[in-house]
Amino acid sequence: MTGDGIREIITISLVMVAALMCCAAGIGLFRFPDVLSRLHAATKPQILGLMCACGAVAVNSPRISTFLLFTAIIIFQGLTAPITAHMVARAAYRSNHLRRDLLIRDELETRVERIERGEESSKTPPES
Amino acid sequence: MQIAIIVAGVFFSIGAVAALYRVITGPSLLDRVIASDVFVATVMCVLGSEMAFNGHTETLPVLLVLAAFGFLGSVSFARFMAKQDET
Repeated sequence: MTGDGIREIITISLVMVAALMCCAAGIGLFRFPDVLSRLHAATKPQILGLMCACGAVAVNSPRISTFLLFTAIIIFQGLTAPITAHMVARAAYRSNHLRRDLLIRDELETRVERIERGEESSKTPPES
Repeated sequence: MQIAIIVAGVFFSIGAVAALYRVITGPSLLDRVIASDVFVATVMCVLGSEMAFNGHTETLPVLLVLAAFGFLGSVSFARFMAKQDET
């Protein structure tokens, strides 16, 4: 009886954390000004919300097969969500979809300039 | 329990509606990609919460497939987005 009560409380709190993560991501998408800050808000429910939802299911049905599948899902999402965020941020930087007046420091700018200068100098025919 | 289900549903709905708003009125393609990713994550969280509240584990493969498709869609959009594409 008390075990069921504790299990219910854990389930409700984990689901509430997941729901708050999704709500915060939606509000962040709604209010933030450019792609990079929206990306910052968007990556929250992908990991923490999913982990909380999976934990809530695992509390309710503790079996080995469930745990194995949850491990697979969380490891897969944890490997792929940073790759997605990195690719989207890189495409945003390359296609100038960011507001540069909101950046505090742009460490990539000097490097991109150097690479573009290197490409331009390599396009010219060599001396000898 | 019932109150918790209703409150969680309201929070999930706020997140999903805001993500859909950003998909519709996003100024650039990458905003839409990010918003659709958030929408997929919200759907995954809703499926997990439904499993937790009802105590079954029948939609677990759906979670795995949704994770795979979200990853593939976002990466392909970001990879093949042209540099001169201004929309």
